[in-house]
Amino acid sequence: MSQDIFVVAEHIKGKLAEVTFELLGKGKELANAKGGNLVAVLLGNGVKNLASEMGIANQVIVVEHANLENFNPETYGTALAEVVKAKSPAVTLVANSSMGMDLAAALSVKANLPLVAYAIDVKMESSSLVAISQLYGGKLNIESQFSGAGGIISLLAGSSSADKGRVAGSPAIEAFAAPTGLASPKVRFKKLIEPEGGDGDITTQDILVSVGRGIQNVDNIPQMQELAEALGAALSCSRPIVDGKWLPKTRQVGKSGVKVKPKFYLAIGISGAPEHIEGMKDAELIVAINSDPNAPIFDYAHYGIVGDLFDIVPALTAKAKG
Amino acid sequence: MNIIVPIKQVPDLVEELEINEEGTDLNRDAVKYKINEFDDHALEEALQLKAETGGAVTVLALDGEETDKMLYTAIAKGADKGVKVTGDFSGGVASHVAAKAMANTIGAMPYDLILTGVQAVDDRDGQMGVLLANYLGVPHVSVVTGVKVDGGKAVVHKEYSGGVMAEFEVDLPAVLGIQAARETPRYVAVSRVRQVTKEATMEEVEAGDIAVDVGSNIRRMMKPEKGARAEMIEGSPEEIANKIIVLIKEKGLKK
Repeated sequence: MSQDIFVVAEHIKGKLAEVTFELLGKGKELANAKGGNLVAVLLGNGVKNLASEMGIANQVIVVEHANLENFNPETYGTALAEVVKAKSPAVTLVANSSMGMDLAAALSVKANLPLVAYAIDVKMESSSLVAISQLYGGKLNIESQFSGAGGIISLLAGSSSADKGRVAGSPAIEAFAAPTGLASPKVRFKKLIEPEGGDGDITTQDILVSVGRGIQNVDNIPQMQELAEALGAALSCSRPIVDGKWLPKTRQVGKSGVKVKPKFYLAIGISGAPEHIEGMKDAELIVAINSDPNAPIFDYAHYGIVGDLFDIVPALTAKAKG
Repeated sequence: MNIIVPIKQVPDLVEELEINEEGTDLNRDAVKYKINEFDDHALEEALQLKAETGGAVTVLALDGEETDKMLYTAIAKGADKGVKVTGDFSGGVASHVAAKAMANTIGAMPYDLILTGVQAVDDRDGQMGVLLANYLGVPHVSVVTGVKVDGGKAVVHKEYSGGVMAEFEVDLPAVLGIQAARETPRYVAVSRVRQVTKEATMEEVEAGDIAVDVGSNIRRMMKPEKGARAEMIEGSPEEIANKIIVLIKEKGLKK
């Protein structure tokens, strides 16, 4: 095993994902601690130009193939495993994103390496690797120690600074031959589907009134809409509201929805699962109303109210109108 | 079409979670369990697919807390068969171990499609579905919201961030990690579950060799630091409303 730290570069539509720079920044810290190199693994087709954005890396390993043009759980998994098996890095960092979920666990089995997921931090303690994961909906952090010298860690987006990893440069590029077996995959990418527009854009609003599971049922949506209107705000929501089809997908804040940075974010009945926090933690001022005093949302809100939203919302609507 | 849905119980996060004295696990005696909500979505999607294309839905669970009740509930909802995988699964099971036990069991069954919840709140060592697919050597797609089955293929939608989705065509058999079913998971009356518990038979299968080196251990479990916790606003609803309006005005936002 080498002392190198590998970072799997995630990209879509020709652009590196924000989380990749976070991983590169964190990877650099680890590489310095271990005295190894930081190496980015870039899978794609005609993507070499992206290497210049990863100047923080000592090296970028590029694997190119027509069936790596777009992310594909199978072809990316196969190619990544071949690279990792050939190079045996000490640590491979993967984003705990939609793409990363398909990659990290697959790599764990294919390369027979331990995996710790949902990490928010990684560090070297003398010679052992320690990862801290955020689990149980953000209610508990778990510190894991790897038994061996290394392994795979999938890191949650937003767990470290992207600015540290965003360094232009010209790292050494190694073209790694695409493995055989990419030619006729059982999983085939067909197309990207862009979100439907036409329902307003919650990313441009100054104030968002955002509702979650705590509003209990769809019949309470009009009441929340009324509050939003009274405050001159738009109505947004967390995942369960969209899954229940109470509001359209375009209103969803969070990991699989949109990231928002309003001046004022009022979270109503949202417990604050990590997937939601990822989408709103950069709001300028966050006020949360929740009946559970231990709801993780209060760790991110600037102001919190423990109480029954059905008492507070009508009072707030009346006050806002008056 | 044979659809398999592995389901599991996870701690109900509505309840306060206690950490044991060693600080390395939950105080499991105090835990209230419920079905992993993503597994509930996987089951719902399986039942919807069955209604659409025919076939049978088999639910599988590792033997543990209230496993029978969970499996009978799934049967009451419309699953055709419940299988309890037996072995030593006390005190929580790593995803790798669960995936290995499921792979041993499912590998000996006929299957076309395996639907799992995309993740669970205690997936410390990764998402079970992807591990399972790799142990079985079949393709996988995670974070799936739409599934259509046509012959030996499925067309699925995988969610990325920003509302973007990718469409994939997948040869079956395959494992799909379900983020959300097309409909809200159905409810079933307790009386119906009770009736099914009397009538349905549960199959039991030995997990077989589940020796997997997870390669890491839990050194410490802790509640997140509460340093930057919110300043709490107290008072009557009117007083709270006033304070919120003041905060909005201070941001220069309210007329």
